[in-house]
Amino acid sequence: MFVLSFLEGVGKYLFMLRSTISKPEKVSMYWRETVRQMYDIGVGSFGIIAIVSVFIGGVTAVQFGYKFLELAFIPMWWLGAIVRDTMILELAPTITALLLAGKIGSNIATELGTMRITEQIDAMDIMGVNTTSFLVGPKIVGGVLIVPALVMVAMLLGTYGGMIAGEMGGFYTDQEYLYGLQDDFRPLYIRVMFVKSIVFPFLITSISCYKGFYVKGGALQLGKASTEAVVISSIAVVIANFLIAFIML
Amino acid sequence: MIEVNNIQKRFGEQLVLKGISTTFSPGKCNMIIGKSGAGKTVFLNCLVGLVTPEEGEILLDHRNIVPMSQKEKSVIRKEMGMLFQKNALFDSMNIEENVMFPLDMFTNKSLEEKKERVNFCLERVNLVNVNKKYPSEISGGMMKRVALARAMVLNPKYLFCDEPNSGLDPKTSIVIDELIKEITEEYKITTVINTHDMNSVIGIGDKIIYFYEGEKNWEGTNKEVLNTDNENLNDFIFASKFLKEIRNLNKK
Repeated sequence: MFVLSFLEGVGKYLFMLRSTISKPEKVSMYWRETVRQMYDIGVGSFGIIAIVSVFIGGVTAVQFGYKFLELAFIPMWWLGAIVRDTMILELAPTITALLLAGKIGSNIATELGTMRITEQIDAMDIMGVNTTSFLVGPKIVGGVLIVPALVMVAMLLGTYGGMIAGEMGGFYTDQEYLYGLQDDFRPLYIRVMFVKSIVFPFLITSISCYKGFYVKGGALQLGKASTEAVVISSIAVVIANFLIAFIML
Repeated sequence: MIEVNNIQKRFGEQLVLKGISTTFSPGKCNMIIGKSGAGKTVFLNCLVGLVTPEEGEILLDHRNIVPMSQKEKSVIRKEMGMLFQKNALFDSMNIEENVMFPLDMFTNKSLEEKKERVNFCLERVNLVNVNKKYPSEISGGMMKRVALARAMVLNPKYLFCDEPNSGLDPKTSIVIDELIKEITEEYKITTVINTHDMNSVIGIGDKIIYFYEGEKNWEGTNKEVLNTDNENLNDFIFASKFLKEIRNLNKK
C-alpha cells in the first residue's frame, strides 16, 4: 500500500513538472512572477542565512582549533583550509538548503494550498491560465536562479566568520588564516557547491509546490501539507547531497 | 448558446449526473436549482470543463468541450467568466490587480487602457474608490461585485455563477441578482446560475431547471415554477414553514 501510494505520488509529481514546461500565455507575466519569487526567496532569506553562516564558520574554526591545540604537530593555518573546504563543500550549500526548506518550503506549500482550497486556482483555470505553469514554474526558476547567489554569500560569510572566531580564540593571525585559505585550493569544490546550489532549490521548490498544489480539504490538511513539504524537501536535500558528493568527488 | 446532450458523470460507484440534456440561450439567466448533493455543482463544473463527463456532449456554440485537451479548453475558457461561491479573489492582490489579472494575462493593452477597462467594470458593478483595497478589507457583497467585475472584464460569452448569493443578506442578494441580470441582457451573455435562493429564481430566472438525485426532474420558467404539480419540486420550493403557509393561504 505504502509503495503504491509512493509511486502514485512520484508519478503525480513528475506529471506536475512536465506540465510546468509549456509556452507561457504571456512572457512578461511569468517573468514578473519569477522576479517576485527571486525577491521573496533571496531578500527574504538573506538575513537568516547571513547570521547562520557567520556563526557556523565561526564554530567550525573554534571546534577544530580546540582539537588542533591538543595535536601540537598540526599547523594552525590548516584551519583556514578546513573552514574553506567545509563551507564550500558542505555547510554553505546544505545548511542554506535546509534553512530554505524550512522557510520557503512551508511558505510555498501554504500559499498554493490556500489558493487551492479557496478556489483561487480553479478561478485561474477557468480564465484559461495554465496554472501549473504559472504558479509552479516561476517558483522553481526563481529558486534555481537566486539560491546559488545565497550559497555564495553564505560561503563567503562563513569563511569570514571562521577568521573572526579563530582570531578571537587566539588560534591564528589574519595572515595565517589567509595563507590556509589559499593552500591546496581545488576548483572542483566550487563546481560541486554550484551543482548542489542548483539541485537543492529545485528539489525544495518543486516538492513544496507539489504538496501545496494538490492539497485537498481544509486548514488541517493545509497544515499537514506544509509540514510534509518541509520534511520531504529536507530528506530529498540530504539524499541529493550524498549522491552529488558520491558522483562528483 | 450552450447545448448539453445526455451527460453522465460517475464518481467511483456513484452516478452523480444521470443523462442530463438541456439548452441555455444567450441573454438569459438560466437557473439550476436542487437540494445539496443533487449534482448541481458537478454539472456546472462539467460546463466549465473542470470535470469531464464519461458520456454525452457539451456544445458551446457548436464546439464540444468534452473531448477537448486542456490546451484546447484553455482557449475556449477565455470566453468564460465564473463567479465562485467563495468569490475566489486572489488575496495577495488588491481589487484593481484582481480585476486586471485577466487583462494582464491575455491582452496586450497598455496600462492606461487596462485601468480604464477595470474602472469601467468596477463602476458597472457600482464599486468606486476600492481599487487599492485588498479583498480582506471589503464586505462580502463588495467581494461578490469584484468577482463579477473580474468575470466580465474580458467580455465573456458565457457566465457561470455558483451560489452567487451564498452568505449575503437579502438586500445585497437582490443587488447582485439584478447586476447579473442586467449584464446578461446587456452583453447577450449565456448565464448559468446554481442557486438555492428562491428569491433569485423568481426574480431573475428566465429558465429554471430542477435537479433531483442527479436527474433533470423539471424544466420551466419562473412563472411556472410556483404552480407546478411536480411533487419533488414543490417539496424543495415550499420547504420552509413560511412559504408553505403562504401557499395554503393562496389556495384558500
